[in-house]
Formats: sequence, C-alpha cells, structure tokens
Amino acid sequence: MSILGTRVTRTEDPRLLTVGGTYVDDLRIPELTAAARVTFVRTPVAHALIKGIDASAARAAPGIIAVLTAADMDDLPPPPPAPAEGEGPGEGAPLPLGAPWSEPLLAVDRVRFVGEPVAMVISDDSYCGADAVELVDVDYEPLPAVVGFDRALSGESLLFPEAGTNVAASSGQPADPAAFDQCEVVVEHTIVNQRLAPVPMEGRATAAVWQDGKLTVWVSTQNAQISRFILAGVLGLDPASIRVVAPDVGGGFGAKIGADRDALLVAWAAKHTGHALRWVETRSENLVAMTHGRGQRHVVKIGGTRDGRVLAYQLDIVQDTGAYPRMGGFLPFLTGLMATGPYAIPSVHAVKQVVVTNTTPISAYRGAGRPEATAAVERAIDLFAAEIGMDPAEVRRINLVPPDQFPYHSPCGAVYDTGEYVRALDVVLAGAGYAELRAEQARRRDNGDVRQLGIGVASYVEITAADAAGGETARLMVHGDGTATVYTGSSAHGQGHHTAWAMLVQSELGIPMADVTVVHGDTDLIPLGVGTYASRSLQLGGTAVVKAAVDVKDQARQVAADLLEASAADLELDVDRGVWQVRGDPETSRSWADVAAHAGPDGLAADANFTEGQPTFPFGTHLAVVEVDTETGKVTLLRHVTVDDAGTVVSPVLAEGQRHGGIAQGAAQALLEEMVYDADGNPVTGTLVDYAIITAAELPSFELLASETPTTINPLGAKGIGEAGTIGATPAIQNAVVDAVRHLGVRHIDMPATPERVWTAIMQARESQ
Amino acid sequence: MKLTVSVNGSEVAAEVPDRTLLVHFLRDVAGLTATNVGCDTSSCGACTVLLDGLSVKSCTLLAAQADGSEVLTAEGLANGSGELHPVQRAFHAEHGLQCGFCTPGMVMAAVSLLEENPAPTEQEVRTALEGNICRCTGYHNIVRAVLAAASERQAR
Repeated sequence: MSILGTRVTRTEDPRLLTVGGTYVDDLRIPELTAAARVTFVRTPVAHALIKGIDASAARAAPGIIAVLTAADMDDLPPPPPAPAEGEGPGEGAPLPLGAPWSEPLLAVDRVRFVGEPVAMVISDDSYCGADAVELVDVDYEPLPAVVGFDRALSGESLLFPEAGTNVAASSGQPADPAAFDQCEVVVEHTIVNQRLAPVPMEGRATAAVWQDGKLTVWVSTQNAQISRFILAGVLGLDPASIRVVAPDVGGGFGAKIGADRDALLVAWAAKHTGHALRWVETRSENLVAMTHGRGQRHVVKIGGTRDGRVLAYQLDIVQDTGAYPRMGGFLPFLTGLMATGPYAIPSVHAVKQVVVTNTTPISAYRGAGRPEATAAVERAIDLFAAEIGMDPAEVRRINLVPPDQFPYHSPCGAVYDTGEYVRALDVVLAGAGYAELRAEQARRRDNGDVRQLGIGVASYVEITAADAAGGETARLMVHGDGTATVYTGSSAHGQGHHTAWAMLVQSELGIPMADVTVVHGDTDLIPLGVGTYASRSLQLGGTAVVKAAVDVKDQARQVAADLLEASAADLELDVDRGVWQVRGDPETSRSWADVAAHAGPDGLAADANFTEGQPTFPFGTHLAVVEVDTETGKVTLLRHVTVDDAGTVVSPVLAEGQRHGGIAQGAAQALLEEMVYDADGNPVTGTLVDYAIITAAELPSFELLASETPTTINPLGAKGIGEAGTIGATPAIQNAVVDAVRHLGVRHIDMPATPERVWTAIMQARESQ
Repeated sequence: MKLTVSVNGSEVAAEVPDRTLLVHFLRDVAGLTATNVGCDTSSCGACTVLLDGLSVKSCTLLAAQADGSEVLTAEGLANGSGELHPVQRAFHAEHGLQCGFCTPGMVMAAVSLLEENPAPTEQEVRTALEGNICRCTGYHNIVRAVLAAASERQAR
C-alpha cells in the first residue's frame, strides 16, 4: 500500500521539540561567532522631510562600532530602470513599479511611514545597540500625513510629489449601468477588508558575512533563490558570489517572500564594513516594519431575481498599499481575477485602484488578494439573500458553478480546473446539522434571548500556484548505502516539506522515509529554485520530486539489469520492499544500495523542473456558528465546519494542520485583529499588547470534513491547501456575526467584529427602526 | 554581577551585566537556544521556561532573579536516555507544531499546566495557554496534544 494519503507523523518534530529549531538568531557557527549586532534607527514620524542626522553621540557611545546612514551608501550600483510591462523582477522584489515610486534602502531625504529605516547602528551587542539608537538625532520636518483611502484619493498631500498623484496603479472600467437593468433586486454596500499584521512568531532576521569576495547571507525567508537574485541586483554583485541560506524559518505567511530592504541593508553593511553582522528584529519593530496584509475597501453591487438568481456583480476595489507599492500594488488584480468566486454570474465588472498612504507597506499575507475577493462576494451574496428573504445557503446552491461546467472559464478570466462546489456546500450543511442550527436560532429569536445564534456560510474557490509556469526544481540522489537525498527549490517554514517529500520518495522508490534526507534553502547546494508562496509547494515542488524519482527509477532499471544480467524490460521495482528484481522472482532481488553502488561512486542522481500549464483552483465551503451577546456585543465562535477540497491529499496530517492554522487566522481577521493608525500615521496597535492577536482561548476545535476532487493539471492531482483557511473562514464567521443580529435590523458589520462594533450596529439598527 | 543558575541540572556560573534578561542568559551564556524570544511585551510565551518548577516568561525576568534557582528548558525535558517527555511525545503524535518557534515555550507551559491540573478540560487547556501564541496551528492540535498527554499521565 502506498504511504501517500496515510497519517504519517513529521520527521521535523523530534529536533524542534528537544533542542529547538536553528533560526537565524540561533546560528552558532564559526562565521558568526564574532558577529556584531545591527539595530535600526526607525522614524517615529509618518511623513516628514529629513533635514539632518547627527549620529556623533551614538558613535561615541560604549560598544558602538559604526552608525550608517544613506550618506554612507556610495558603493551601490544605480537602481535598475523601471521594468517594462510584464518584465518585473518577480514577487518579493523591492521595486516593482520603479521610479517615481522607488523605495530607497535607508531613507534619504524623506520618510513615508513610521518604522521606515533611517540609520543602522552596529554594536557589540543588542543592549548597547538599543541604547545608541536613542542617541541618534534625526531632524524631521513633518508633512501632512496621508492615512486612509479617502485622504489618499483626495491627493491633498502627496507621498511622491513627482508622481503627481497617490494612485500608483489602476485598471478596469465601471460596469455598464445597463448590466443591472434585468435585475429585480439590486443591493450595494461599502465593505472594508482591514489591514492585518502577519506576525510570524519569528520576526525578520538576517545575518551576513563578506569574506574573500563572497557574500553569505542567512535570512529568514520563504525564498532563498529569489533573495539571492534581489541581493545581486541591489548590491551589483554576480549571483555566483552570493550564497543565501534560509535556515529554520519561524513562519512566514507571505510576509517573508524574498528579501526586503532591511535584510538587504544588513547584507550591504556586512560588505561595506567588513564585519560579520546579525540583525534580529523586536516584535515592536516587526509590527510596523514588516509588511502588512489586506487593506482593501470594496464597494460591492449585486443584483438578480427574486427567486435567487444572481445576474450582475460589480466590485470596486481601492487597495491601500502603504508607503511603497510593493506586492500590495499587485494584490487587487488577484482580487479582481477571483471576484465572482465559485458563482456563475453572467455580468461582472471589477475596478481596481492602488493608493499609497503613510503607513507600513502592504504585501502578501496568507491568501494575498483572494481572501479579499471571497470576503466581498460572500458578503454580497448574504446581503442579496437577506434582501430577497431567501436562505443564504439556498442562494449559494442556485448560483454555484455546476460540476458539468468544468473546466469553467470565469468571466474574470480564470479557468477553474475541477470542482464539485454544490457537493462541498451540501457536505458542510449536513455535517453541521444546518436545519437543526436554524431551528435553534429560531427558538432563541422567538424567546428574545440575550445570546443569539448566528450561522454563517461561505463558499469559495481560490487560485493556487498562480505562477504555475514558474515551476519548481528538485534534485534526487540515491547513494551507495541505499539512502537518498532530496534537494528542493521549495522552502519550508512550518509546512512539513521534509516529511511530505520523503513520503513521495518512499512512495515512488520504496526507500523508507527514515532514509530520505531533504535539503532546502541553500543556494550553494540548490542554485535554482523559486520557494514557497501562493500555495505552490506540493503541486510544483512535490511533483518535481516525483519527476526526479521517476528519472532515477529509469536509470536504476538499466543499472539493475546490468547487475542481474537480465533485460531491463523484465525487471520490476517492489516498492513495498524497496528492491529491484526480475519480475515474479523475489530470489533475484537487489537493494537500492546494491543498485546505486553499482551505478558508480556517486550513486544515482536526477534533476527535475516541473511547471504547470495553468494554476489550480481549490474550493470548499465553511460554516461558522457564533453566539452574540446582544447586550455587550461580544461574539463567541462556537463551531467551525469546513470542506476544503485541494485535490488529492498526500499527507492528511499536514493538510489538516494547514487548514487549522488558516481557519484561526481567518477567525482572527473576522473577530479580533486590525492594524490601526491614527490620523497622523501613528500606529495605535504597534505591540502585541495592542494588536489583538488570536489565542487558544478565543477558538473552538474545528470540524474538518474530507473531500478530494483531483486536478488534472499535475500528476499528483494536488492543489494548494496553505491558504484555504483564511479564504473560507473569514467571511463565514463575519456572515455568522451579521446573521446573529439580522432579525434586529443589522445588515452589515465590518471586520473585526469587536464587541464595540457589534453593539454599535445593534444600537443603530434599533434607533433606525 | 556574578550569578549561578542550575540549568537543566547543570550549574552555569557567569558574570553578566546587571540588566541581562534570563532569556539571554539561557541563550547566550548557557548556549541553549531552544528558548526563543517572540515579542517584547511579555505577550507571546515563546520564552516560557520553568523556574523552580513554575512556568515563567524568561524575557520578563532578569537573570539575577534566577540566581541560585533551578531552570528547566525544553532541552532538559527529555530524560537522560533521550526518551521524550510525554508532552513532547504528544505534540509529535498530534502534529502540535509546525514552524517550531513557539513550540519550546508552548511545551513548557503545557508541562506546567499538567503539573497544576493533571486532568484539564479542553476549555481549561485553552484558557491556560492563553499567554502562549502560536501562529501556525490554530491551536487545534496543540490542545489535542495537551489533552492526550494528560490522558497518558492519568493512565500511568
């Protein structure tokens, strides 16, 4: 029996549980023994001109090696010209739009968000570095801060005066008003998809050494190879003279794609000063200087017939991309691509605008553009259902793309590969006991209970491996002792790649998982690779491992034929025992050690690169049950039931873990978390005391239901699972909160549904009745 | 100042600046890096260790406050022959960890919880772990692991 699909525990765990992982701050290696510490001086002012920097007192402080400012950066190549259309440097690159929107490394004459790096203190240890930061005197001349969608759009104050606008990108035409002519009912609403902080438990961290003309950079990243590409471009170095290592990485969630300016600065400073350097940010730095996620405002307009058929949908998106258009400039285009979600809606229009504001730059965060699309359309469906007085689950069933329509060409331009959307809905409704829940809700409403029940449903389809053609690499070696090593271009930061890749090798070759070593994240060993984002790892990187294994198997067959003096066509690999033999004759069996040793001193090896013809489209339905205290507005998430169909499941344990984590982050957005700025651009939630990160106490255990609809896009049949949770859970929980108080006249509550917001919504609904 | 701390049963004596935090003493002086720093506001619990048997956030104590005390970190949890502690075993069996950064602190908090309350309910586990943040697992499998470890302890 194949090991695939079975409940295997992780190979990573024993080390992580006993001595702990080796994150950047844990590296105790000779190259870093004498490493000095980097501490950044960051602006506390959101928008200002820099009139001068006096670092003399800091330079004279005890334990200080150097204080560096933009004036010291005279050894860098000129920034590359703005890329031509379609020739961007790839996700994670720091300058996707180029001039006039360019992002400097250290601020030069202007700061644009609280937390932007202005100077670097290099010190013997982090304690004296923190002291010296206080001694750097920066003369700021404040400018009016641009905070919020409307102030950005007004253009009264500009972040980039030479651009003449705060709108960094836009596209799409408004819907033809006639599109809604056939509709009996039209509903319109403004919805804010709030700004979130990713908060990987390990913040950003970088160490760097320049030695003998080679730069080695250890960075907490999802993409070692992309980081090397960015470093080479920014520092003007040949990529061959750079080694990037991603050691253990303590979570990423999209915010560690590539290498951002702080990491680049540490690498530059190591080369510039000749000192080995290490930088590990504090959480308070992380909350303002690592990128944020989401940050969109939607105006949704939905129309259809009174019997539940949706005919037209319009989504007007404004993306707040923060002070610099990093990947935030790209997110609304993904949102627009997925605007209609799993519904067959004849007329669709999406309009996108990207604005800059004096806040932390926005980039990918678990879902990256797709949770926003799902949140908008799922609220719209519920608003429409409420308007026509139909059960929201029924409205979904009527409008979901039916199974005979696949591959389905969405009006937004996506091609959904495979799907059983109605089945996913029905499985969840049955699993949750939907009718009973509605009966209990009716009972509480009839009784006028203080604590009302809300039931929220969200159906979704999402896009994974959006850059399918980017592919992923794998190198597989089988050594003379019968063990194997996988070198993967993909990159793990908690997902369990080491376990999953070993399962794939055992499944294909019969080499036991325990004998399979997986190596990732070292560009000296793996120069070519892409890494991890967009739920791409298994379908691209995993399939590349399978492809390499098939290649090794083909080679091994020839070697075994020579060894057994038999025809290759007569040989078979007994995967259960991991031996080669003449078909039907176990007496002739030869082990992988025999075959690999016979192949030569280097054993067997194969390289593979797997690209997909198109992205894949996982789908599912989430159902949340909440209790809302109508006197205090407090929401309690009681149950969360989901189907997340990501095609064939290789490791149920890992897939469930991904779903759990995503659901929690979705619940966090729906109920608790929001990165808040005041009107002057000061972060109000800049520590973990203020940022309401979700804990175990605010969550129930989750009810996961199984569903596997394989894709035809890759031989594993697998789609991505990493982001399903945030995409499905967030609107299901938000819909549940609104549903709990709908009978009181509430139509909508923006996220996070804090007690204050829920209570206010109830009060306002009462007053207007 | 000079101080001596028993860390996982071994005496560690050193002279450190007065303001040295216990977590940095453990990581930089004792050389034990399982204990992580995940925040600067005593919020996340990644640095949780046992001080004289009680769970503490080692980023919130000065090393000086541990002078003469016994500290247990994740590295000291398995027994001498390398057999995992029941809580470690349960975290592995129930997939209670992903990236691993919160894990040493989470495990120490769970060990402390089971010392105080050997048979907690699910809600008691959730409340007890409120001071330990995990961003990967959604806590689902952490809670299952702690309950499984409690059951195993009860069965023995």
